[in-house]
Amino acid sequence: MDGPERQRLLAIADDELVLGWRDSEWTGIAPVLEEDVAFSSIAQNEIGHARAIYQLLSDDADALAFDRPPEEYRSAQLVELRFVPDWARTIARRVLYEAADELRLRTLMASDDRAVAGLAAKVDREEAYHRMHAEMWHDRLRDEPRYLAAVDELFPYTLAMADPDDHETLIARFEPKTRPSNTVLQAHARGTHADGWVELWAEMTEVRRSVPGARW
Amino acid sequence: MSPVVTAEAVWSALAGVEDPEIPVISLVDLGVIRGVSVDGGHVHVEFTPTFLGCPALEVMRARMTEAIEDLGAEAEIEVVMDDSWSTDRITPEGREKLRAGGFAPPAPREAGMPRLVQLRSGAFRCPYCGSTATTLENIFGPTPCRSIRYCTACRQPFEQFKTI
Repeated sequence: MDGPERQRLLAIADDELVLGWRDSEWTGIAPVLEEDVAFSSIAQNEIGHARAIYQLLSDDADALAFDRPPEEYRSAQLVELRFVPDWARTIARRVLYEAADELRLRTLMASDDRAVAGLAAKVDREEAYHRMHAEMWHDRLRDEPRYLAAVDELFPYTLAMADPDDHETLIARFEPKTRPSNTVLQAHARGTHADGWVELWAEMTEVRRSVPGARW
Repeated sequence: MSPVVTAEAVWSALAGVEDPEIPVISLVDLGVIRGVSVDGGHVHVEFTPTFLGCPALEVMRARMTEAIEDLGAEAEIEVVMDDSWSTDRITPEGREKLRAGGFAPPAPREAGMPRLVQLRSGAFRCPYCGSTATTLENIFGPTPCRSIRYCTACRQPFEQFKTI
């Protein structure tokens, strides 16, 4: 597999890997114990999805995940941002990411490539639980000004992550008060990286780089 | 001369391989073995992962290989990454073993994805006392495959297999 299809899958795998990393930063310090469990489990799923996609693209998933220089990652800025200890932004990202991810998975499930369509269908069934978690928190926080401000702030990042063909559907999924006031995307386009990305990359790849070629 | 291995012997050996995280159930009960084919001393197994992030998958692979090698055969485990496994593949025996082990077996799959309103409904039965007076505590649990529920009848938290 090569060309645009490979780049598209690589972008999704990188998003899942990086978001899994960011979500795991709540392990042990979430506002309530149940969310320690939930964020740890969600992070584990996302990294599992990344691994499965890397395996489709390469015989050595670890090499693809960890041996690229930071500028070669295709992750979206939305998943790179570090939010600990801000719960409002963290939940806003979960809600927005899952909405956009559902739409792109739907596209992949219709792929002519059976391996891609089959894997996407499997990922989607796991993601259904992430979407329920996001829905639960969205319902709980929908009248909280800090949460609404976070959704508004992160919506342009989400549109920059999503396929342009999905933008209209994505915006329409949110009730009017959580639709974006600003849809200027240029600053967040995929291929550019958020502040803090290189530090995150260094942390993610540190063990791998410490002893090149080691099997853990 | 290597002994001749039959597919039946392989299935029987795999039925003795426990799930690393839920040892009350075997890999055959779990429905993750999609096929076994034998060619002389070479055994090919098609294996479908449960949850993609499940760390037990590598252990399952290693244990299957070991069980087949104990039969005097060479094992090749092919991991099939499509969506052919679902919790509906858990056998009736496997469901009963889960229940007896304190894990509520998964609800059958329905058309469309599971929804929050269903998880919050009273359709889930406590594996200890059998009551359906249970509430959702956490969509997520100690492993990717489980949610946490609470039984208000016998006041016992329990682990509910997710339906996927």
